[in-house]
Amino acid sequence: MEFPMSEWLENHLPKIVLAPSFIAVLVFVYGFIGWTAWVSLTRSKLLPKYEIKGFIQYEKLFASPRWDTAFENLFVFGALFIIIAMVVGLLLAIMLDQQIRTEGLIRTIYLYPMALSMIVTGTAWKWILNPGLGLEATIKGWGYNDFSFDWIVNSEMAIYTIVLAAVWQSSGFVMALFLAGLRSVDGEIIKAAQVDGIPTWRIYTAIIIPSMAPIFLSAFIVLSHLAIKSFDLVIALTGGGPGYSTDLPATYMYAMAFSRGDIGQAASSAMIMMLVVFTIVVPYLYSELRTKNDG
Amino acid sequence: MADLSFDQTQQSKFGKTTLRIILYVLLTLFALYYLLPLFVMVTTSLKSLEEIRTGSLIALPREITFDAWKIAWASACTGIQCEGLRPYFWNSVLLAVPAVLLSTLLGALNGYVVAQWRFRGANLIFSLMLFGCFIPFQVVLLPMARLLGLMGIAGTIPGLIFVHVIYGIGFTTLFFRNYYVTIPSELVKAAKVDGANFLRIFWSIFLPLSIPIIVVTVIWQFTQIWNDFLFGVSFSQAGTQPVTVALNNIVNSTTGVKEYNVDMAAAIIAALPTLLVYVVAGKYFIRGLTAGSVKG
Repeated sequence: MEFPMSEWLENHLPKIVLAPSFIAVLVFVYGFIGWTAWVSLTRSKLLPKYEIKGFIQYEKLFASPRWDTAFENLFVFGALFIIIAMVVGLLLAIMLDQQIRTEGLIRTIYLYPMALSMIVTGTAWKWILNPGLGLEATIKGWGYNDFSFDWIVNSEMAIYTIVLAAVWQSSGFVMALFLAGLRSVDGEIIKAAQVDGIPTWRIYTAIIIPSMAPIFLSAFIVLSHLAIKSFDLVIALTGGGPGYSTDLPATYMYAMAFSRGDIGQAASSAMIMMLVVFTIVVPYLYSELRTKNDG
Repeated sequence: MADLSFDQTQQSKFGKTTLRIILYVLLTLFALYYLLPLFVMVTTSLKSLEEIRTGSLIALPREITFDAWKIAWASACTGIQCEGLRPYFWNSVLLAVPAVLLSTLLGALNGYVVAQWRFRGANLIFSLMLFGCFIPFQVVLLPMARLLGLMGIAGTIPGLIFVHVIYGIGFTTLFFRNYYVTIPSELVKAAKVDGANFLRIFWSIFLPLSIPIIVVTVIWQFTQIWNDFLFGVSFSQAGTQPVTVALNNIVNSTTGVKEYNVDMAAAIIAALPTLLVYVVAGKYFIRGLTAGSVKG
């Protein structure tokens, strides 16, 4: 009797091993998204209510000037951050690809910020950008009395300090991605082009960069994902201020959930964040999984 | 003819040298940009407050003092408590070690099943788990806060470990799955013929082959969990906060004189473990960063 039992176990063991993780993901990812979606359709305030009232939370959200700022900031910050990080990353990768003798050292220097917590990054830049004692004061001290760099306390400009620090943190990573891409381009094609006397910049723009399209896509996905999730950096660098000029959806959601006690607003803003991620990531994941299954 | 070609090579040689010089200058300037914040953090942390007020941001300290480091470690105020970063640093260690080990182990088992023991629906399950890597965690914060409360582990370190393991599984599974699909399936078949079972094949064949991917996953998870702020600030309370939350509290506490040197020393202390990992095992760190984003 015992033999069939253990055989059954052996046959089903892979499923049994995978089951706890699968159930956890089902409950804690999908179930929780469902809960948040449900609550975003109710009148929940300090405590969750489960009676569905339609889209009132979303109407309230988009009528709120604070959310307007946060949502707009997401696109301003996101676009600048992604574009600058990609341009800087690609530039650094191409420069490092020219048989640089100290490549290892330089790569290490460019990439170390990625190992840091955003809170550490925010703390460091907050100090550098401090108008009274930081970079501004230093340059003034050199005799340039008219020099002004007060972005961090200027509600019009503060969002760009977030871009500055975020690019500092992530551009080295983009460089690493692109460098790996540059190195994976077929060397024979490049050699053939060189033999034909095609100038180096043409080899890059016409042959190498177009062949790296998948890496551009990966970098874009990773960076946009970082942009949407940016929370720690804003908290540490500006605290969302001055006023709420540097709020992002992530900080708005957190404020509603944990300091304002407005669960309905927190849930609906989280759902909007989810939707933004959805529209970017789902097509990517879909194509990724499909090509993997084919291959 | 011969003269002309000589001229050309001479000219292109000159152009090449200038180009190389420009290249190195640019690379150095960028290196300075990346190093500036680290340099400023270190030098500021070694200055006295007096020197910070009167001196320049990028000047070296005239007189090196470690007072700020002592305060940051043992007596800086994170709100009403003034015990420095020390207790929170240990919170982070107590939290990161089990969370990293558990999520790595689960990822290895899951990846092994998904890559080598495919059954109907395994791919769908993997896709569903993969998607979990990409959700903005804000969408699970509210229900998770309630669940931790119901389970009685709200505001505790076990609660935070639980959260980090749950939301780490997607990435760790992805890492191991992408590593194990490159191992030919004949290996499992041959081992089965020899009478080895599911767990034995994992333990004696796959695990010994997995050292590189284990290192990559452990480093990735450690960096993620050590540097986490969102879960830490949402699911901890006074006394159980991880080091990133305590650092933010020190820097953004509004009471008393602003001690910039203490802020910087505290920031370096909080950053040291992950920086150390990066310096020691940079190769694996980069592999982890690119593993999730470059097609495997």
